[in-house]
Parts: sequence; structure tokens; C-alpha cells
Amino acid sequence: MERLEVLKTYKLYIGGAFPRTESGRYYTPVNGKERLGNICLASRKDLRNAVVAARKAQPGWAGRTAYNRSQILYRIAEMLETRKAQFIDELEQQGSTKAAAKKEVIASVDRLIHYAGWCDKYQQIFSSVNPVASAHFNFSVLEPTGVVYAMASDDSALLGIVSIMAPVIAGGNSLILLAPEDRPLSAITLGEVIHASDVPGGVVNVLTGKKEELIGHAADHMDINAIAYCGDSAGVKKDLEERSVGNMKRIRIYDEDWKVAKAQGPYMIQDFCEVKTTWHPIERISSAGSSY
Amino acid sequence: MKGGNIDWALAPAPESTGHIQLKDRYELFIGGKFVKSKGGNYFDSIDPSTEKAIAQVTEATKADVDRAVKAARTAYDKYWKDMPGKERAKYIYRIPRMMQEKARELAVIESMDGGKVIRESRDVDVPLAAAHFFYYAGWADKLEYAFPNRRPEPLGVAAQVIPWNFPLLMAAWKIAPALACGNTVVLKPAETTSLTALKLAEIIQEADLPPGVVNIITGHGSVGAALVEHPDVNKVAFTGSTAVGRHIQKAVAGTGKKVTLELGGKAANIIFEDATIDQAVEGIVNGIYFNQGHVCCAGSRLFVQESVHDEVIRKLKHRMDSLVLGSPLDKNTDIGAINSKDQLKTIKDYIAIGKKEGAEYYAPEIALPKKGYWCAPTLFTQVAQSNRIAQEEIFGPVLATQTFRTVSEVIQKANNTPYGLSAGVWTDKGSKIFNLTSEMRAGVVWANTYNKFDPTSPFGGYKESGFGREGGLHGLSAYLKV
Amino acid sequence: MVLSMIDLTTLEGMDTEGKVKQLCYKARHLHDATKGIPHVAAVCVYPDMVAIAKNELKGSDIGVASVATAFPSGHSSLELKLDDVRLAVEAGADEVDMVISRGRFHQGDYAYVYDEIAAVKEACGKARLKVILETGELGTFDKVRRASDISIAAGADFIKTSTGKIKPAATMPVTLVMLEAIRDHWFKTGEMVGMKPAGGISNAKLALHYLIMVKETLGDQWLDKDWFRFGASSLANDVLMQIMKQRTGAYQSKDYFSID
Repeated sequence: MERLEVLKTYKLYIGGAFPRTESGRYYTPVNGKERLGNICLASRKDLRNAVVAARKAQPGWAGRTAYNRSQILYRIAEMLETRKAQFIDELEQQGSTKAAAKKEVIASVDRLIHYAGWCDKYQQIFSSVNPVASAHFNFSVLEPTGVVYAMASDDSALLGIVSIMAPVIAGGNSLILLAPEDRPLSAITLGEVIHASDVPGGVVNVLTGKKEELIGHAADHMDINAIAYCGDSAGVKKDLEERSVGNMKRIRIYDEDWKVAKAQGPYMIQDFCEVKTTWHPIERISSAGSSY
Repeated sequence: MKGGNIDWALAPAPESTGHIQLKDRYELFIGGKFVKSKGGNYFDSIDPSTEKAIAQVTEATKADVDRAVKAARTAYDKYWKDMPGKERAKYIYRIPRMMQEKARELAVIESMDGGKVIRESRDVDVPLAAAHFFYYAGWADKLEYAFPNRRPEPLGVAAQVIPWNFPLLMAAWKIAPALACGNTVVLKPAETTSLTALKLAEIIQEADLPPGVVNIITGHGSVGAALVEHPDVNKVAFTGSTAVGRHIQKAVAGTGKKVTLELGGKAANIIFEDATIDQAVEGIVNGIYFNQGHVCCAGSRLFVQESVHDEVIRKLKHRMDSLVLGSPLDKNTDIGAINSKDQLKTIKDYIAIGKKEGAEYYAPEIALPKKGYWCAPTLFTQVAQSNRIAQEEIFGPVLATQTFRTVSEVIQKANNTPYGLSAGVWTDKGSKIFNLTSEMRAGVVWANTYNKFDPTSPFGGYKESGFGREGGLHGLSAYLKV
Repeated sequence: MVLSMIDLTTLEGMDTEGKVKQLCYKARHLHDATKGIPHVAAVCVYPDMVAIAKNELKGSDIGVASVATAFPSGHSSLELKLDDVRLAVEAGADEVDMVISRGRFHQGDYAYVYDEIAAVKEACGKARLKVILETGELGTFDKVRRASDISIAAGADFIKTSTGKIKPAATMPVTLVMLEAIRDHWFKTGEMVGMKPAGGISNAKLALHYLIMVKETLGDQWLDKDWFRFGASSLANDVLMQIMKQRTGAYQSKDYFSID
């Protein structure tokens, strides 16, 4: 008799652990006739819990050195590279051809490396020392906005997720990521990779479920600082922007083809940062100007 | 058990060396392989704490220099200049990852070869060197962001000559940005400290970098001269003494080679009366006794505001008395061996000059080991700006102290030197800090700290301390046509 | 040496006579199975347990230290706090561990803090006074230094980092600041003051780091139980385990060292 395989149960990834949805509900995405599994249908309470975890983890993450964040993102790439075969397999399961799957995984690894290299450099590009017309040392720096809720593109199971996750966390934010509804498997497996990469629990949280069910709760949530929507936002943009005024969330829409090499860069990191400007007097007993 | 009756001297805490892999003899690293020189000459690399030879290293000939430059040129044309930045990045990233895997071995060899204390090699040099590669690897595919409105291009082959005070770290400071910007490299380490550069060559080989992208050739000053004067080199980078720097500048004048030089210093370390004195004393000690004072940016000219002079000096002497001098491989040691016989003579000569000039001399009573090159941490007080020990770079654990009274006086005196590499300012008043830092004619200014380095932070001098910056975004332009 | 500098401590709301008696036994018999193990410096208890501890430790030279002054918060009237001290001293305490009034300190009322310490010192009589700064509530090194200077000036025999009831307790940086205050007093007056880091030192290696810091900042004369103490409970067993490892070459298990 052929050996029987052990089937995988896909759970959510919240606060560095893999709980089931508190709602106990599931849905069954398919690839043609193949069922992909009984996937957790995340509820608003899962979203709520994920925000709590993300908020708790964010200050510590932002407090790490840029070098440390850089190394951790590099580590995620290392882990993903060594698990290539598993991810290619899973993408095929979700409808990809082998060739496309291979390309997608490689592109995801390279994109992570790209952002690993940005962690300790974007500050140098976007900050400034400002030559104010008074005896003050005046400097502007970027700071992470805080907790970000991101809805990944529907048309990409892995690359789309990596493409939004990496810039958000490179900048010191924490993230709640909603996987594509029809192809949720890679997102959860990526959670396993993240978990093995020294990423502190709560910095990245992954939910699976229905975008429309959760989007309103996210838009209303007073402790989410920014929302990223990846894909065609025509139907949702207005509502999203209106409902977000409760706490003045920053709304970022990305309708990108993530496969394009240029669909990455420091501007995506800047999108999730605030600018802080500080003044400090320069003691000038004899003259009035500032030399900075 | 009364403390007074027992000798609480620290028990030896020797770092184990059994795990390191050191060859008896190292060839030259050219074209991705370790190759023999046709000249057939080798010289010993000595452990300055025991005066024993620990390995043999090749003395490259002019022909070897030529071979190395050719290998670098071939690699540039064939593999490196057209490789997409993101692939170059991944090659370079392999280097620090492997350095971290071999961190302990590198630290031990660095201490054995140069006399540097193991705590420094382990906690400062090796981690910073790895971090430097890691930082620059990330720039390889991002160069157009660093130069608004420009399409930067690599220069070609870089000739790099580095000193003996931070051997592995200086190799990282040179090689990492050069590679990230798309250049290939021929590097000559200092003759007294070649071993960690050669271990780095092994790592580069293991990382499978295309052959000839990095070449490492060893030997004395003439090898360095031949290298920088080679006609097929596009860029020259040198860190070392101002005297040799002048020589190099002359040699490449008019050739069109792009040059950066990081030379000597005689940094002012300034303590104000409103400084946190205990913290400042630690800063003074770190500034001049770290790495036995073999630091170009060492805080070798101490300026203490007269109102707190006696307090500072008393605390400084008390602190100097607790410094431990001994085997660089002992984890208790604070002050290791002087790098070479020659350097020890230079330092001793200056100490004699200081005494002759009438400065007040202090050094804790330390029994120096019989073998090896050693110098106790030394303090001169009652020094004036016109003393030679306040003007000339000693490059040893010798501190010259002057008093000052006002802010404008100390700014003038601090800047009254042909050097301009670094400076330190100690005061709790923020507005005073920014006044001082804006007035110091020095490339690196430390406020309420000293000798802090980071790959993201540009380092380099004004005036005769050289030109060009290493580290940070500013460190890229040295290796690019912008 | 580390063992001889430990103050074994029990300061729980639920302390009983029995608990204190067992602690005292452990103080005298750290590990009878092994030769050459010294006893600890002192035990530290609440004032109403002093008499019991004194009785159990009769015939040994282990001291009895008592907390006092409305430990750990220090919030009470001066009168009551001094009565607390007298209670302990009359019951036979050799040492008194007081807490400074952190609230008053943060209000800037330094004169009050000074006067209070001086009054407590008077009430101590022959008992040696340790002044607990509660560095975890002071916040910055400047404040730790100021509190140290005030305590020393007001007559402290020892300055101590913490009550052990909050985190952070003792840390090396805070301890260094306090050692520097002691050193500067010694430079000025020639008088020695003792130092005690309390809480957070649970392993032998860390204890050694502290001793090196004391040696380098103050000198060998402070490496003595009269001038340096560790306020720690689980440290003793870790040190015992390290001693056994050094003697036998084998890593040890907690099972072989009594809890009390």
C-alpha cells in the first residue's frame, strides 16, 4: 500500500502563534476541482486580536537597530530560498504552472533582499538637516507610522504579499496582512518562514478570509494607523477613505503588477512613515547665524 | 574572609586558540586562487605580544602587482561591470554572513597578529567589519537613489592600501563600497598585519565571487607604491600616515586616477566644567587608550576647562590605575601590545620628548611582560599648544593635556593644527554642543561619546587628515563616476 | 567570597515564624555536604521577625538586618517610620534597611529626604544603616547620583539599590553610578561607605562582574562583607553549583541544593 500523507491544517498567524479563527468558521477555496483546504474564515475579532498583537510588538520592532531589521529581512529571504521547493509546490497547488511558480518564488526572495538592503539606508535618502534662518540645529527624520492593515492583491499568492509586507516592516511598522481570498495558502506558509526568521511575534500577522467582510471593521478601527489596498480599488476607495477619517488613517492604494522589477523601492517605505522635525538651539554668544 | 588579606588580582582568562585554522604560509590571492609569487620571497608575520612568528606571508614583486591588476581588470570587464546590481548585492552579502560564521576565529587571529586586545577584536573590529559589508551590499542595486539626477557608473579597478591598526575593519571599509559600486579591487594589507586580510580572501573564495573581483597581495611599502602607481588602476584609496599619503598624492598627480586618503590626526578631546565628569573620564580613556592609541582619530590632545582640571585629572589617574595591561588574548586585558618594534620606538621617543619639554609625566606602575612590545598608558599634564607632543601624532597610548578657560579659546586651540580628522566635546548643555560641533574643523565630531563607528556614518578628515569619506551614503561617491 | 557577601532575604506578606526559622538554618548551613563553604553575611526580614531570627542565629556571626520605615513604599508619617526603626533595633537588629521618600525626592524636596535619613540614622543607635534608593523609581542616572550623594551626606553606612519589589532592580550601570558617589566621598573625606545591589543578580557570573566593577572603581578594601553585600536569594545556590562544577568538573543540577 502507498504511504498515506499527513494533511496540513492551515491556521492564522497572530502574535507569533498559529491560532484557529476564534469564530470557528471556515471556507473552501478551490483550484478547479481541487479543494485547497478548510481555510480559517477570519472574523472581526481575529482582526481585533491581530491589531492588539501588532500594537504590542511595534515599539520593540521600531526600537531595533536598522541593521538588525536589515539582517532579519535578509534572514527571511534565506529561509524562503531554502524552502523554495515547498513554495513552488504550493503555488502549483493553487493554480500556477511550475515555471511561473519558480519565477514567483525567486522574485519574492530577491525582493526581500532588496528591502533588507533598504532598512538602514532609506533614512539617509529621506531625512534632512534643514538650514533654518536662526541659530538652531534643525533636522527631519522618518518614523514609522505604527500599525498597518494590508489587503494583498488577489492575483498573486506569494509575490504580492512579500511586495507589501517587506516595505511596511522595513520602516519599523507592524502589519496585519489579509491573504488573497482564493489563494491563501502561501501567505500562511510564509508566516511559518517569518516565524523561523527571528521576526518578533506580532510584527507580522496573517489572516485569511473575505476582504469585504473585514474591510469595514479595519476602516473603522481606531488603532490602525494606515491601510494598504493592493489591487483595483474602484469599488472600495471612496468608502475606505470616508470611514478612515475617524482616526485620520493614511490610505495607500497600489495597483501594481508586482512581477515588474521596478515594483519596489524606498518610496514604498516612505509611504508608511511620518516625518519628525526637531529644533535645538546653537549657543552663539557672538554671532546670530547658524552654521548648519 | 576579609578582602584586605587576600590578593584579588584577576585570574587569567585566556581566549582559546585551538579552534583556529592558520596556514604556515600564505601565497597571494589573485584571480580567485592562492598563487605563488615568482619572486619566491616570504617574510614572517610576528605576534607583537610574544615576538614569535605565527605565519609566513609572501613579499609580492612588481610582476605580481601587474598580475593582480590584470586579474582585476579582466574580472571587471568579464564579470562585474555588467552584472545587475541585485546579483552583485547577493554576492557581497555572502561575505559578512560567512564572516559572522567565522567571527571567533577572525577575532583571535586579529589579536594574535596585531597585538589588539581580544575584547576589541571580538566586540568591535569583527562585528563592524561584517556590518560594513552588509550595509554596502545593499547599495549595489540602489545607486541611482543616492545621487539625484545622476546615473552613477563604476570607475574600474581600485588599488587599496590599508594600515595595521584595524586590519580587518580597514579591509572591509575599502572592499565593501568598491564592490557595491561595481569596481574590482586589488588590496594590499599592512606588512605587520596581513593575516586577517588573507582569511578574508579565503572567505571570498568560499563565497564563490567571480575570480579576480577581489585580489589580495601582501608585502612591504614598495608593493603598495607599485600598486598605486600601476597605470591600469582607476582609483586609489589609502589609509595610513600623512607622510605616505603625501607621497601617494604626488605619485598619482596628473594621472587622472581618483584618489581618497585617510591620514593622521591629533584630535582635540574637550571637557567642559558642565560635563558629566565620570562619563567624560571614561570617554578620555576610550579616546586615547582604546587599541593602544593606534587610532587615527584618537583623542590625543585633551583640553580640560581649568575650573575642573584637578578633579578630571585625579579621576583620570584613578581610572588609568585600574587598566589591565597584558596578553592581547586574555579577556581581562584592556591594553594590548604595541604593533611593532618600530612603533614602540616612535612612542618611546615621543615620551622622552615630552619629558624633555617639561611636561608632567604620569603612568601607572605596571610590570611589563619581558617579551613583546609594550607601553603603559601615559598621561602628560602641564602641556602647552607649542609642545611637540601636542602637535605631532604619536600613535600610541600617550595623552597630552592642556587647560582652557572659554569656549572661543578652546575652539581656536582645537582647530589650531594641520590635522582635522576628529574631535570630542563633553558638556551636558545641548546648545553648547551644537555650537562646538559646528565650529570644529574636523570630519567626525563626537559629543558626549568617543570612538563610535558605524557603517552608515561617514568618516574622514579635513585638511591634512585627508579627503574623501568612508561609510554611509557619502562613502559611495569615492567609487563612482557621478 | 560571593557567598560571604550575600544577605539572604525573606520579605513576603505571607512570612511566618517557620519560614524565617528555615531561612536562618540555610544561612548557617548553605551546603553541609561540602567542606569549606562559608555562611552568608546576614539575613534580612521584616521588623516583627527580628527577634526570631536573632534567636535562630545565636552563636553565629551572621547579622540580622531589618527593613523599616514603611518598607517598601515609604509612605507614612515620620513618627511612625522612626517607631518602625526603633521596633527593629529594640528587637536586636544589627542592620536597618530604610527606604528614601521617592515621592518627596521627585517633588524636589531634597532637604526633607536628607533630614529623614539623618533622623533614621539617629534612631538606629549602634545598628548600621543601609539606605535604599529604589533606583527603578528614580529613572535617570542624574537622580541616582543625587540620591546617593544625599544619602551619604546624611550618614548612610551603606547605599542600596532596590527593595526588590519592583523591576528594574539592580543593574550594573546604576551600581556604577552609586560606586562613583562612594568613591568621590572617599576622595574628599577618607570615609568608606558600603554598597549593596539588590534584586536581579541571580547567577554567579553576574556577581563576578559586579565584584570586578567594585574592585576597579573602589579598590580591594571594599571586597569585604562589611562594605559590600549582594541582596539576592537564588544567587547562593547558583554560586554553590558553580563551586561544585569547579571542584568536580561536572555541570550541576538544582535538585542537589536545598531551597532552604
